[in-house]
Amino acid sequence: MALLAVNKLTKAFGGLVALNNFVLEMEKGELVGLIGPNGAGKTTVFNLLTGLYQPTSGNIVFEGRDLRGKHPHQITKMGIARTFQNIRLFGNLSVLDNVKIAHQVVINYGLIPAFLRIPPFYRREGEIEKAALELMEIFDLKKYAHEKAKNLPYGEQRRLEITRALATKPKLLLLDEPAAGMNPQETYDLLELIKWIRDEFDLTIILIEHDMSLVMGLCERVLVLDYGSLIAEGTPQEIQQNPRVIEAYLGDEEVAAWEE
Amino acid sequence: MKKYLSTLIICLVLAVFFVVVQLGINNGFITGYWVTNLYLVGINVILASSLNLINGFTGEFSLGHAGFMAVGAYSGAIITANLGLPFPLAVIVGMLAAGLTGVLVGLPTLRLRGDYLAIATLGFGEIVRVVLMNIDYVGGASGLRDIPFVVNWPIIFFSVVLSLLLIRNFICSSHGRACLSVRENDLAAEMMGINITYYKVLAFVIGAALAGLAGVLYAHYYTVLQPRDFSFMLTFDVLVMVMVGGLGSLTGSVVGAVLITVASAFLQSIPELRMVIYALLLIISAVFRPQGLLGEKEVSLKILQKLGGVFNGAVGSKQTH
Repeated sequence: MALLAVNKLTKAFGGLVALNNFVLEMEKGELVGLIGPNGAGKTTVFNLLTGLYQPTSGNIVFEGRDLRGKHPHQITKMGIARTFQNIRLFGNLSVLDNVKIAHQVVINYGLIPAFLRIPPFYRREGEIEKAALELMEIFDLKKYAHEKAKNLPYGEQRRLEITRALATKPKLLLLDEPAAGMNPQETYDLLELIKWIRDEFDLTIILIEHDMSLVMGLCERVLVLDYGSLIAEGTPQEIQQNPRVIEAYLGDEEVAAWEE
Repeated sequence: MKKYLSTLIICLVLAVFFVVVQLGINNGFITGYWVTNLYLVGINVILASSLNLINGFTGEFSLGHAGFMAVGAYSGAIITANLGLPFPLAVIVGMLAAGLTGVLVGLPTLRLRGDYLAIATLGFGEIVRVVLMNIDYVGGASGLRDIPFVVNWPIIFFSVVLSLLLIRNFICSSHGRACLSVRENDLAAEMMGINITYYKVLAFVIGAALAGLAGVLYAHYYTVLQPRDFSFMLTFDVLVMVMVGGLGSLTGSVVGAVLITVASAFLQSIPELRMVIYALLLIISAVFRPQGLLGEKEVSLKILQKLGGVFNGAVGSKQTH
């Protein structure tokens, strides 16, 4: 059984169809790239998968369960986590707290222990902190534990976003333009990091990205969206040759000009 | 070990403070006017810190605190004055009633953001006041009288300490962190598995219940309740305490509540200039310290130790000269 099955997913905002009959099946461990020009509906796919939007029609089945009508926080608990195109950290909180908050989906305790500070409070708090610090150690963020998240350098903020998403112990990770604003070296490091976390954390990943070197270097399969519709699907090499993809990115006339 | 030591120091300081004030009241060092203001400080500390939980820590701008206080005050007073039941029951009923009102008001209004939530909660406060004015059972506009005089220094002291402890324990727990994450970025919080509606309402309810407690104390000290005591101006005063102390700082709320209450007590003697000076203070603090006296920081023994270290260092270096 597929880990994720997206079936004829459509999202319309009034008359504007942001996503039209989107179909995707993913097996466990796959790394799929989602590309397309600006406004093609890529982030809409993520917003539908995470429950931020409800589909107009079609459905999403994750591990055999329908996601329609589920709240975002319930979907996170089921095992889907994401990062954001424009970084959305808890800026005024410490790096440690950022990771701790995400890990609370996995370990938590009731209100009574919190108010009365009885032993379960200390035990569970200890577990949350230990798990958060271990994860931060892996991503080399432990040294920033008590810094405010907003004071971190840009690249580290991106890494913290991924760390925080991983702290929810996801099975499916959605990365929304993780390389945005990075230089080639940082992009290369990120590529290695994504490969590594997929194996280490046993993840299935969907990646939205404009940086083709990242997409081509990482993904086994690439989906191309244009005006809300899926226009191509295949290996990175196939996609690079596909005339409809070139047309979507460069427009008709340029293609013509190229051919001349 | 060090943790227990600091807890011990705090307990010791509080105990000494409690005994000294109690002796002062017994021996007449603290006169009637200042006893009233002392109790008022206590009530205001509870109000400010509970409003800060909603406005500062969870980031929902509520202006309904006078309403919750009124609900607590009146329902507590009904228990003792109208039904003749004991005071502890009044405290429980007052807090429950205010908390329940918090759920009823919070569920629909916390979907609103910023200004809209402020307006909706402001409207709620006014509704409470007008409704109370029209219920004869609680005396209507002329007020509820003959509430037993119960409140004394130990009751105020322990109410304040317990309220602060409760809020502090909440904030320094996973639930408090969840509230902070809602303030910082609600969308990201939701994506991290935080049920943001639950946490918004939860903070709102805890804040409301504590405002209810403040109301019960208020009722059983003044022994008379009038709907006009709970006008928008009361919420405004509490809001000023929170802002002056620092949104998102619990110790800031304590400092703000003490400062504003004591300042207005001193200004009582010059009523014609009172509001002018009050407003000036606000403008000055808004211009020079918009984040409040403490910002988001907390005063803890650690900071005091650091200050102590600096001070000792300065003294030490002087001695070496």
